[in-house]
Amino acid sequence: MKKFINNPANVVKEELEGIALAHPDVVRVHFGPNYIVRLDAPVKGKVGLVSGGGSGHEPMHGGFVGKGMLDAACPGEVFTSPTPDQMLEAARMVDGGKGVLFIVKNYTGDVMNFEMAAELAGAEGIDGKAMEVQSVLIDDDVAVENSLYTAGRRGVGSTVLAEKMCGAAAEEGRTLGEVADVCRKVNGWGRSMGMALTSCTVPHAGKPTFDLPEDEMEIGIGIHGEPGRRRMKLKPADEIVEMMMDAILKDLPFKTGEEVLLFTNSMGGTPLVELYIAYRKAHQVAEKHGLKVVRKLIGPYITSLEMAGVSITLLKLDDELKRYWDAAVFTPALRWGI
Amino acid sequence: MSISRAATLQWIENCAEVIARNREYLIELDAAIGDADHGANMDRGFQAVLAKLPETADKDIGSILRAVGMTLVSTVGGAGGPLYGTFFLQAGGQLSGKMEMSLEDWAAALEAAVNGVMQRGKAEPGDKTMVDALLPAVSALRASIAEDRSTGQALRQSADAARLGMEATIPLIARKGRASYLGERSAGHQDPGATSSYLLLKTAADTWADA
Repeated sequence: MKKFINNPANVVKEELEGIALAHPDVVRVHFGPNYIVRLDAPVKGKVGLVSGGGSGHEPMHGGFVGKGMLDAACPGEVFTSPTPDQMLEAARMVDGGKGVLFIVKNYTGDVMNFEMAAELAGAEGIDGKAMEVQSVLIDDDVAVENSLYTAGRRGVGSTVLAEKMCGAAAEEGRTLGEVADVCRKVNGWGRSMGMALTSCTVPHAGKPTFDLPEDEMEIGIGIHGEPGRRRMKLKPADEIVEMMMDAILKDLPFKTGEEVLLFTNSMGGTPLVELYIAYRKAHQVAEKHGLKVVRKLIGPYITSLEMAGVSITLLKLDDELKRYWDAAVFTPALRWGI
Repeated sequence: MSISRAATLQWIENCAEVIARNREYLIELDAAIGDADHGANMDRGFQAVLAKLPETADKDIGSILRAVGMTLVSTVGGAGGPLYGTFFLQAGGQLSGKMEMSLEDWAAALEAAVNGVMQRGKAEPGDKTMVDALLPAVSALRASIAEDRSTGQALRQSADAARLGMEATIPLIARKGRASYLGERSAGHQDPGATSSYLLLKTAADTWADA
């Protein structure tokens, strides 16, 4: 597998150095422990939003740091959760006096590391004063059917939407509890499903994470190459999207007439030309189901290295969520309304 | 017989070497049912531990193990960081102030460590995790102490029990961690976490054979 890298051991460090050079108008990058923080942090009187996860999913999460979205992001090694010391220091950096919300994707490592960080924050605090920290788990991946005997549903596309909407709520001056409620609402109303045409290759592993024959695809793939619902012969794009939309629509009974946000995401290797083909069909299926697609997001926002594939996220909207979505945002990867 | 501070440090140093030597093996095991990062993560963590050890030069065993735990927590990442971090923090907590430990001390420390891991990971025996290697090792150690075995023998039996527990994870269906998403497809593969746990306990038996 060919990679555009220097040394597998330096991938994350050199990526962060690049981000620091590219976006000095939006973020500051701190090394040892590693985190990306918005330039004007801590913002006084605003709830601080911290997320994080393994690297390799760019622009998530570092690309979402900035006004109107995250206050800080903690990048781990590729596909490896960041560590509690990163999260704790990032939380201290962004606590503007109204507490800090951890937005955590439901993966075993992420959950345990954020849990330890929250324990440390509560125990130590800043200057002897305990920091108020709440955590909300995102687990929107409908591909995981058996959540009783697994680590549960994974956090995928809704994470991007939750970070945007919670960011807007925090900018409006909402309390920690209210921002956490927004996060839970997005998680409760959003559903996602992904699929892969090819595997991805973790730099330090050097070989593909899984084997997928030339004429097959994996439906329900996770963003680290976790297996999905089933492997089958490749089908035309429309049929694939129908299968994914069917699973999403069945999982949360989206009702006729409801407004939704449709997010069509590239896993990294799928180009926009194909992403719009996926969007086209997903939009048609949603409308056929009686849903009104009133907000959209199309592009590579939660990726899995160079994996070819797409994921679809459908989020039910109300006026509150629409307002949070439309609010101004200024980050390396998402910016509008400024 | 007792295990000295120096022997404890030697165990940690040997662990770093054994993990480095098994880095690719652990990556391969993890690639089959996980995300292929366990070997690299553990190696990075233990190399950081090696760099940290000189700071514990005059400390007691409890402080040494707690320093190992904190270093692993902040360098390993993934699920392994909090789990192995908790393992060493809990073990260290049992050995506070001790400049040498008896076999009973070690058994108590190992037991606290395993309980900590089970709580942190919410794992039960049979979930195809570290716990499947660690729990039998504690039982075997307790049994050996009851039978009045030598330190060397007791540690060997404990490591053997961990190996059997590790091997017994092969047919299991994973219920925790990333492997759980494979469902039945996770059967037929040895758990990488149980494997690294066995390696640490085997290294203890090898290092402390003549204690």
